[in-house]
Amino acid sequence: MMTQLFIIIMGVILVNNYVLAQFLGICPFLGVSKKLNSAVGMSLAVTFVMVLSTVATWPIQTFLLDRFNIGYMQTVVFILVIAALVQLVELALKKYMPPLYRSLGVYLPLITTNCCVLGVTVNNIDSSYNFIESIANSFGAGIGFLLAMVLFAGIRGKMENSDIPEVLKGVPSVLIAASILSVSFMGFSGVVEGIFG
Amino acid sequence: MEKESKLRILTRGIIKENPTLVLLLGTCPFLATSTSALNGAGMGLSAMAVLVCSNIVISLLKDIIPDKVRIPCYIVVIAGFVTVVQFLLQAYLPDLNASLGLYIPLIVVNCIILGRAEMFASKNSVIDSALDGIGMGLGFTLALFVMGAIREFLGSGTVLGMEVTTDLITPMSIFILAPGGFFVFGILTAIVNKITGGKMNREFSCSGCPGDPETIRAAEEEARRIEALKAEAKKKAEEKLNSASDAAEQQTASDTQIPADSQAATDSQTAKGGDR
Repeated sequence: MMTQLFIIIMGVILVNNYVLAQFLGICPFLGVSKKLNSAVGMSLAVTFVMVLSTVATWPIQTFLLDRFNIGYMQTVVFILVIAALVQLVELALKKYMPPLYRSLGVYLPLITTNCCVLGVTVNNIDSSYNFIESIANSFGAGIGFLLAMVLFAGIRGKMENSDIPEVLKGVPSVLIAASILSVSFMGFSGVVEGIFG
Repeated sequence: MEKESKLRILTRGIIKENPTLVLLLGTCPFLATSTSALNGAGMGLSAMAVLVCSNIVISLLKDIIPDKVRIPCYIVVIAGFVTVVQFLLQAYLPDLNASLGLYIPLIVVNCIILGRAEMFASKNSVIDSALDGIGMGLGFTLALFVMGAIREFLGSGTVLGMEVTTDLITPMSIFILAPGGFFVFGILTAIVNKITGGKMNREFSCSGCPGDPETIRAAEEEARRIEALKAEAKKKAEEKLNSASDAAEQQTASDTQIPADSQAATDSQTAKGGDR
């Protein structure tokens, strides 16, 4: 059981990294990765919301949607649950944990329409993970997101001072850098199964 | 805002304000589903169907939806149409449905759709909104198709599933994997950058996501700041003109002008603070 969980977590961090291999959450990856601080803040907020929405959506899918055979309502229900949850978390943090709110709160509204959160909840159901595995998968996805964001923030810091051809300045250079980072993550494919499998 | 002609509304999304290549919205599905030209076109058309329908409905409901809860309302409308599209694909195009997989439900969180609902459909008539949806959808589809064709050609040596490069080049399968997606998108944006002369969005941003209230506020603030700066620059330019024309009288004039300037600056600052 532990090995199984470990494989899921490591797999989703390194091999099936949500950003670099599955193209989920590209907007924040390219938009908020300019400074290390905000990259870390955003990633922690995403991880938090991912785990929380998995805790909320997995039981809904299993005990409500599957039970009454209305699985087709998944998209509508999940996005509403996530949106409501993000609002609630924002309110709760504001009231009870002001320091945490100041560091994570600004990123919360951005997360509702972030495709990696909806992606991970739907993915958990599609891969028919059980409750614990789903939480492990969401947590791993968040940590993978954090890893990609932190690495990319470092790369972009270097790129700021380098001499790039005029036409590649801005977005094109960022995308090409992301491509190279993604190549390096491809090197991990097979590693996890090789070690633990 | 002056009235725009119907034709302009329809055509501007296709090239001039192409949602993906120029405005840089909807990048996730753009990168993920452009592994072949057909997949890309399928994704583009599905998103377009949702976009047109949601634009029409939101434009019809624009007077009924309360302003404060508009974003959740839009999301529900969009999610409803996404479910319909999902059903249709499952029934009639099961292969396409299988290859797009997770990205069909993710149309809900596509920034293009929420963005057009917020920026266009909630302010314009039904017909205009429908035309806007068609235009933007076509632009998205076109971009996806081109990107898909390039990646398919380089990555698997086929175009639209037909073998074309039997002996010319060895297919480089990295182009249909994730890194190739980023790379081809990078090159495409560089080309667009060259053509438009840098009019493209300089930054990637979730601020590209206009549905987000935080971003809207930030954008409004930015616009106000720029306007204030422009006004200031104009004033300064006038001042300089005055000083050039008659240097003698200038002395007294600028003395009165400078305090007025700083007054305006503090005014705009307090206005900003109040808005926050």
